[in-house]
Amino acid sequence: MTTTHLRVDRERCIGAGMCALTAPEVFDQDPEDGRVLLLHAEPPTAQRAAARMAAGVCPSGAITLNEPASSDS
Amino acid sequence: MTESLHTVATLPTTRQPGCPFDPPKELIEARRHGPISRFTHPGGKPGWLITGYDLVRSVLADPRFSSRKDLLNVVDFELPPAPPGEFLLMDEPQHGRYRKPLVGKFTVRRMRLLTERVEQITAACLDAMEKAGPPTDLVGSFARPIPAIIICELLGVPYDDRDSFQEQIEKFMNGETSDEDLIEAYTATQDYVAQLVAAKRAHPTDDVLSELVDSDLSDEELQGIGLILLAAGLDTTANMLSLGTFALLRNPAQLAALRADPALADRAVEELLRYLSVAKSFMRTALEDVELGGQIIEAGTTVVLSYHTANRDPERFADPHTLDITRQGVGHLAFGHGIHQCLGQQLARVELRAALPALIERFPTLRLAVPAEEVDLRPETADIYGVKSLPVTWDKAGS
Repeated sequence: MTTTHLRVDRERCIGAGMCALTAPEVFDQDPEDGRVLLLHAEPPTAQRAAARMAAGVCPSGAITLNEPASSDS
Repeated sequence: MTESLHTVATLPTTRQPGCPFDPPKELIEARRHGPISRFTHPGGKPGWLITGYDLVRSVLADPRFSSRKDLLNVVDFELPPAPPGEFLLMDEPQHGRYRKPLVGKFTVRRMRLLTERVEQITAACLDAMEKAGPPTDLVGSFARPIPAIIICELLGVPYDDRDSFQEQIEKFMNGETSDEDLIEAYTATQDYVAQLVAAKRAHPTDDVLSELVDSDLSDEELQGIGLILLAAGLDTTANMLSLGTFALLRNPAQLAALRADPALADRAVEELLRYLSVAKSFMRTALEDVELGGQIIEAGTTVVLSYHTANRDPERFADPHTLDITRQGVGHLAFGHGIHQCLGQQLARVELRAALPALIERFPTLRLAVPAEEVDLRPETADIYGVKSLPVTWDKAGS
């Protein structure tokens, strides 16, 4: 696996919307419960920096990012 | 720990003269010594003061630290638990029971749908200012009415009730009202919200409060929720708008940059949030012994988290005491962090994003009408910092 892989934990999510604000191409919020919706588990290169930032600012730690080191592939 | 432990006597009550936007010097000094300091709560109890960005963030994300009001160990008497619905001062699962039904109503998308409405209200305020002519108190003519109208529309507060209601909220947020008046204002607001909830039950309308009436929440709980949504939605944004304008006027290069390039508005809003951090600090109480920054926080001890100082942490933000609207300020703690992070933050962003650029565009010569030192500031004892009034003036078109 060489690509960035995202996982979201909807149970942990508190619906603050930081991910949808920071990386709107990758995350959205469920219009009913406000919790995270993952649009791209493997975001294209152009979206990776934003996705990484979104994982970093998530207030509830609901976004996990797996980025294999480049030498692993 | 090799670092010697810094002690802060108690919470400072004033800022340095001439530095209305900076944390009190004692707090900046504390951060210089390290991210955590020994400290005595104003009520006399020993505690800790956290001023470092990383430590504040870690406490906010740590379930071993409680938000419960009744666990606060700051005064000599026991505090009652938070009233039903006031979920800011609760832990899970009670907190989630209240917050969950609200989250879907404050999403990024749903709040952005309000942009046009915020623009309309802003334009109406600016029209009225223009018509009345300079000078004006920006708090009364701009900063307070915009968030007040929006939150009242969201919650379904009838138009005619807004003024009296807003006045009561101001009284219990300004940090200067006597205890007696405070109780009176609080009780009046509580009674008002109680009537409002009863009215929504009887005749639901198209608003957040009416939608909640359908849930399993009791009237008492709905009243608590209504009260904190109204208070939080009014006072915080109002102070960001007025203090934010003040900060821009005192940083003319930043103001000029924003006026020249409205595309900077998103970053400018984040930077003003970081720089001003009007919700200055919050408290948490350790549920067990916790090691923090090399110190042991004993179970039952209450820590003060200075969001404002953390947002000025030089290890996190370069040149932290400079307002720089081009800064990539993502990750500031102005809305908190963890499960209690501000529910209304996306609404606040929409309001600030629409209102501030419109103001500076409408009045290209906007300036303070009094010397900056004479601007009347809220005391540090107010939960939310800001200006009491902001006299501004401008050159009338054609003059």
